[in-house]
Amino acid sequence: MKNINEILETAPYSLDREAKHRLLNERLHELTHHHYTACPEYRRMMDAAGLDMKRLPDYEELPFLPVRLFKEFELRSCAKKEVVKMMTSSGTSGQQVSRIYLDRETSAAQQKCLTKIVSHFLGTKRVPMLILDSSAVVKNRNIFSARGAGILGFSMFGSRRQYALNEEMELDIENMKSFLQDNEGETIFMFGFTFMVWQHFYKKLLETGYRPDFSHSVLIHGGGWKKLENEMVSPEEYKARLNEACGILPENVHNYYGLVEQTGCICMECKFGHLHTSVFSDVLIRRPLDFSLADKGERGLIELVSTLPGSYPGHVLLTEDVGEILGEDDCPCGLMGKYFRIEGRIKNAEIRGCSDTYASKF
Amino acid sequence: MQVNSELILLYPMSIEWKNFFQQFPMEPFSEETVIFLNMLSVSLLHDPEVKAFPDVVTFAFFCRKGNILKLKDMYTSSTELRMGRGVVFHIAPSNVPVSFAYSWAAGLLAGNLNVVKVPSKLFPQVDLIVRHLRKLQGVNASKEMTSRMVFVRYDRTSEATAFISAHCDVRVIWGGDASIAAIRKNEIPPRAFDVCFADRYSLAVLRASAVLELNDKRLAQLAEAFYNDTYLFDQNACSAPHLIVWLGSDIGQAKKRFWEAVYRIVAAKYVLQPVISVNKLVTFYRQAVAMDIKHGDTLDNLVVRAELKSLPYDIEKFRCEGGYFSECTISSLDDFAQIINTKYQTLAYFGFSVEELQKFIKSNRLKGLDRLVPIGRAADFSLTWDGWDLVKTLSRVVSIL
Repeated sequence: MKNINEILETAPYSLDREAKHRLLNERLHELTHHHYTACPEYRRMMDAAGLDMKRLPDYEELPFLPVRLFKEFELRSCAKKEVVKMMTSSGTSGQQVSRIYLDRETSAAQQKCLTKIVSHFLGTKRVPMLILDSSAVVKNRNIFSARGAGILGFSMFGSRRQYALNEEMELDIENMKSFLQDNEGETIFMFGFTFMVWQHFYKKLLETGYRPDFSHSVLIHGGGWKKLENEMVSPEEYKARLNEACGILPENVHNYYGLVEQTGCICMECKFGHLHTSVFSDVLIRRPLDFSLADKGERGLIELVSTLPGSYPGHVLLTEDVGEILGEDDCPCGLMGKYFRIEGRIKNAEIRGCSDTYASKF
Repeated sequence: MQVNSELILLYPMSIEWKNFFQQFPMEPFSEETVIFLNMLSVSLLHDPEVKAFPDVVTFAFFCRKGNILKLKDMYTSSTELRMGRGVVFHIAPSNVPVSFAYSWAAGLLAGNLNVVKVPSKLFPQVDLIVRHLRKLQGVNASKEMTSRMVFVRYDRTSEATAFISAHCDVRVIWGGDASIAAIRKNEIPPRAFDVCFADRYSLAVLRASAVLELNDKRLAQLAEAFYNDTYLFDQNACSAPHLIVWLGSDIGQAKKRFWEAVYRIVAAKYVLQPVISVNKLVTFYRQAVAMDIKHGDTLDNLVVRAELKSLPYDIEKFRCEGGYFSECTISSLDDFAQIINTKYQTLAYFGFSVEELQKFIKSNRLKGLDRLVPIGRAADFSLTWDGWDLVKTLSRVVSIL
């Protein structure tokens, strides 16, 4: 049995279907036993679901927890005193937020996993980093949520760091100019949240007329397309427009998909626009009617499994996102593993009836 | 007198509020009222468009003269002189299309002037009924009645609730606990009062032997009746059962028969939204943390059942819309009497006699449960609702010695 550190030595896109399946079965079974013993709530849920702990099924048949449960319960598989960090989701005000408890081991595994995955796209050498956000996000501990954690998590890839926006969320042109001058000829790693990049970087470049040269840069962005869908911006257009505004090559723009409940285990977009699972995680698509596995190309609810979560039972999760599997081990980009597409969030319910408790309960 | 512009006046086309509020009430079930409701009924039933909305058709039948006169016998007495209280302000539930009309009709039958806030969400049923009311405005025979009602639509930002509240004699509030609390922040005159139809919890009780005795046709009818009580309004009407209680012997077999029949109807009729599947799973796990449950055998997420080992006091907190049932077995009706609190509204039954149920209510001196109805009639409107006699509540007694 490999422990998580050994698993993380595997090259992130190296295993074929069979080898990865074996690895995931071993690790996810181990995690299921661990959480069953260490987290009383998880144990009660699994008992109710009728899971036979003596004969765990294939990981594709393991019961999945809806991510919303992390908003309702303090789900922990480690002692309180071992918690080194609590992550919260970026819920809008008034909404309950997810609380994810990390101990030293899981926290370290997250960081290591992220490094492995991102290095595959950025190289192992640290490079100058331009953060397409405001420094206020990490300064203000009150908004230290998924956004702040994302910036901090990715910051380790930067040899030196510069924020593109000042504390008022305005484009900091002067500092960007000198940053570009100082790092002339170097690859620059740009990082930001999908919508922030669009709203506060791309649009402001257009407004100000400033045209920096980022033709040697790599942009990694995440956080969801919802707001951009409202503005009717497709991923292709996103890349093309950024290219017009600052010269970044479309194949160097990588979206990533990840849950705060499975930080570190992100799915990166390849140059063909496909999101890829690494060997450290897997994506399964479920039919809403009966939660059976959907066929390739069939839309359904996204389930994500991760080899990392040791301090909380987040190894097998049902998201509230809808997507479809595009293929496995055969993407033209050459990366092994499943690749998929996100179609967006699951639609809110249209409910008849006279109760309004729905909104307050969820 | 004016209300801000956020308010949309659906009926009449224009209004002078001062004149409206100055009108006098009537006796309950006055002749004009009976005639007017009958005219509305005829008008609705002659409209081919109405046929597409069974809930509007049911309302139209409710308004028929024959039905109203029957209700008059039940709800008035020759020895008592009653008069409407004045202006009744109805705040209809936001999600049930036709409830506003029943609430209004109850206010009208009790002899009142009525201001009705219809759901802010748009429903074709609301527009349909309002359109027919407008049509009656031009009819001579209904002239007296047409100035006695106002239908408005507005959202939370409007000051209309404050304005109308300040001028009403009774305020009828349908809504969840949170919306009732919010509405109550608006003052009403000293002698006025609120009638609140808050969030409630409902259950169903079945006798296993009665289910097993049914032939296939009758079983299908029972399943259909159960569907109408639950899925028809996404199991989100207050009267929709969430807890299913079984009594008697051979329960395993009866359950199997019943749920298979229910499943057939649900699979044929109900559209399950993906998010509801997730909601059901979340509810199941929430419930699993709080109490011992097992997942009942089901083919898919259309019908989800949580089988209880025992019946906890707070079972009402664990519910989900769209076809999620907690289920338990008891040996006598008295076994669940101790969990019934004021939150409990409707008990839908199958296989029990009225006498048995009367005895159950009396001997356990229950604080909750306002309606006990055969399965299939949980959603029926009645002038007695949530334990209130609406005609008596919305009118006053005048004593002459």
